[in-house]
Amino acid sequence: MAALDIIEKLGILADAAKYDASCASSGTAKRNSKSGGIGSTEGMGICHAYAPDGRCISLLKILLTNHCIFDCHYCINRKSSNVRRARFTPQEVADLTLTFYRRNYIEGLFLSSGIIKSSNHTMELLVETARILREEHDFRGYIHLKTIPEADPELVHQAGLYADRVSINVELPTDAGLTRLAPDKDAVQIEGAMGGMKMAMKQAKDEKKRFKHAPRFAPAGQSTQMIVGADAASDADIVGKASRLYDRFRLRRVYYSAFSPIPDASAVLPLKRPPLMREHRLYQSDWLMRFYGFAPREVMQATEADGNLPLDIDPKLAWALKFREHFPVDVNRASREQLLRVPGLGTKAVAQILASRRHRTLRLEDVAKLTVSISRVRPFLIAADWRPLTLTDRADLRALLAPRQEQLELFAA
Amino acid sequence: MTALQHVKLGTYYVVNLPDPDDFAFWRERARALVQCDVPPDRVAWVEPGATGSLFSHGERRMPVPDDPDRPVRASKRYLSLARNAALHSDPDRFALLYRLLWRLQSNPRMMEDKADADVRRIEELDKAVRRDAHKMHAFVRFRMVEERDEEGQPHEHYVAWFEPDHHILRREAGFFVRRFASMRWSILTPAGTLHWDGEVLREGPPAQRGDAPQGDPAEDLWRKYYASIFNPARLKIGAMLKEMPKKYWKNMPETALIPELVAGAQRRESAMVAAGELEFAERPETLDAIDKAIHACRQCPIGSLDNQAVMGEGPLGAVLMIVGEQPGDQEDLAGRPFVGPAGQVLDAGLEEAGIDRRRAYVTNAVKHFKYVQRGKRRLHQSPTAKEIDTCRWWQEAERAIVKPKLVLALGASAARGLLGKTVSIAKARGEPIPLDDGSELWVTAHPSYLLRLDGPAREEQQRLFAADLAAVKERLDQMAEAP
Repeated sequence: MAALDIIEKLGILADAAKYDASCASSGTAKRNSKSGGIGSTEGMGICHAYAPDGRCISLLKILLTNHCIFDCHYCINRKSSNVRRARFTPQEVADLTLTFYRRNYIEGLFLSSGIIKSSNHTMELLVETARILREEHDFRGYIHLKTIPEADPELVHQAGLYADRVSINVELPTDAGLTRLAPDKDAVQIEGAMGGMKMAMKQAKDEKKRFKHAPRFAPAGQSTQMIVGADAASDADIVGKASRLYDRFRLRRVYYSAFSPIPDASAVLPLKRPPLMREHRLYQSDWLMRFYGFAPREVMQATEADGNLPLDIDPKLAWALKFREHFPVDVNRASREQLLRVPGLGTKAVAQILASRRHRTLRLEDVAKLTVSISRVRPFLIAADWRPLTLTDRADLRALLAPRQEQLELFAA
Repeated sequence: MTALQHVKLGTYYVVNLPDPDDFAFWRERARALVQCDVPPDRVAWVEPGATGSLFSHGERRMPVPDDPDRPVRASKRYLSLARNAALHSDPDRFALLYRLLWRLQSNPRMMEDKADADVRRIEELDKAVRRDAHKMHAFVRFRMVEERDEEGQPHEHYVAWFEPDHHILRREAGFFVRRFASMRWSILTPAGTLHWDGEVLREGPPAQRGDAPQGDPAEDLWRKYYASIFNPARLKIGAMLKEMPKKYWKNMPETALIPELVAGAQRRESAMVAAGELEFAERPETLDAIDKAIHACRQCPIGSLDNQAVMGEGPLGAVLMIVGEQPGDQEDLAGRPFVGPAGQVLDAGLEEAGIDRRRAYVTNAVKHFKYVQRGKRRLHQSPTAKEIDTCRWWQEAERAIVKPKLVLALGASAARGLLGKTVSIAKARGEPIPLDDGSELWVTAHPSYLLRLDGPAREEQQRLFAADLAAVKERLDQMAEAP
């Protein structure tokens, strides 16, 4: 076979990387290139473009190679798949990153890889790419390296020294799912590697406190990804797994990726449209736990009998409809925690309510100025001139508040 | 003069700003006006290039405060919002800023009142300017041109054309200097230009689109990347437009692809689903239905050879299920599993171990015979991992109906059909492996393997095979005893 040129390889290896959801470039240490090198990170991530799938393009997200000795059923790059294969050298990836970076297309690189030869060999190539960028070109932009849990801990440690963020995918929410669909992977090993990362980050932070020039280790922390809809795990299983991961490994983010029908799909998997709405609801529940003070147990209470979150309404509204005794809350008296529970009030609106009510007794029209939809929040609030009577007792409240069905369809499309 | 006197006298002040983004100048004038108690409706702020002399009849020179040290109060929050809002393209922004500053003198905590119309407006302006700046960081696209300096040395010059909505160019220069300090770059806009030579930042006059380079070879790579990273199975055009409104598209090389990507997405998704779709969405619920369906199965190329599907056989509810690799030549002709030479080896082994084949359900991991034609003979070919995985659907359907407690896999292909991964027989044999449905899997060699050996190797393998079957028999007896 004739050697592929760079543009063809880029096509194959970017295509192979698109099932990784994360493209974040935020939350790392601040750097600039005034003292040399190229690149900067200023805390806030930047999305340099958006694809028609609505996702942000912040990083050059590619695989070093899509050759793989593993055979995970949900993955397009599995050994038994018939996709075209290609392979970049670390130098080619570094050059491509710089070509894009100089033209302001990207914030940096998100590099992952299929497993070639061995886990260690693959990890060495990933680390080498980061080394070329950091040491030979003094690249100061963002680097996210996917690490391979089976690789030598010393190599994984090297990755953390070059990268802003490291990640290891847990892939599936249950161990049974992992055994069935990713037979070459091992849940114990994955979690062991995440634990190792957490320790290394903690140690680097301690050292940084004592020694100014101590090396940084993955300043943007670690994240992981779970595939939704490839196995039978319910939303309650997924939310439970995510919250355990947040607690145990201090993860910055758990990403969810709706399982997409992939070309050359394995026969073991369900073939249907990716459950985008379900993915969206899971992200909403993730937000409830991270920013709204919901305990995982409470999010699970919002699920329906089958353990899944309702698709027609958001999880916060689902929770409120189930626990109507907590409502209505008085906008002029309620605590921050109580206000955060009101469906339709976001963190910003709550902060604004708390600030404004020092100056005036809030009426419904004042609240309306601070929220997107007053008709949505009204049933759950008491204001100076408003009391919802017995609206929260109405049996048809859900139907009143759920978005119209055809809107939902549009959104899902 | 007091505020009341200003109103009575009908005095009117016009402040001409030297630059539309000169916040420092505005701040100095505003401070003096507040110190002189000039109310907001007595001041007009005029940007350079603004038309009309609407207020010329009342124009007055700046008043001089009696006490230049009189404090003018402004909260931190106000100042941080005002710095951004001053860059907005809204011609009324300076009047708004002054009105707020005026009101802050009597109500220093006014900025906390988020329901106030002026407070809301300044927050809107601030937000719009911050967004414009953020989009500039994101959407500026440099194009590289090779240039030569005075000494004839070649260097790379990166040039971008950008059209910001607000007066942010000068303020945002710092971002590009920090990021691209070692590059030579220029940003051209309709309101002015910036040039960085690696050491010094210069400002230049307004430019036109035609002044910027028209292309860059790297854009082909970038467009390839953009098209490839897009997942056609998920189309969310609204989400894209919200963050990347069309007004920015004309200066971004990748956006020319969007209409085609969107149009192709639905087409590609249905193609993707159709390519992999199994015609049987629902698992058949009876063995007869499976039998019928496997004869029509063409999910892998084996089904298209000149052969027939061979269904498993045995009683419903059999405790033992025996799974082979695939039907051979004779099985294909007979339409029954394990009737050829390998079947005879299996039968002999089962008999020796004391297992009654008639009480077991016997089937194959792959339902059709895979072969290559050599003259008149059809030579057996091992199925690929993908073919086994595709056919796993049928074997699982059988297992769900028969519900065996123990499954015996003969050979590596059968083991893969049950486990979804390739295992080594030597490592897996002799120990039960738990399966999803609570049953247990035992693995041994395929009888045809024994047929291919001879001498001591055959004796050794024969012994191991017999030992495996004996272990299975023992386990079956334990199961029969257990309640």
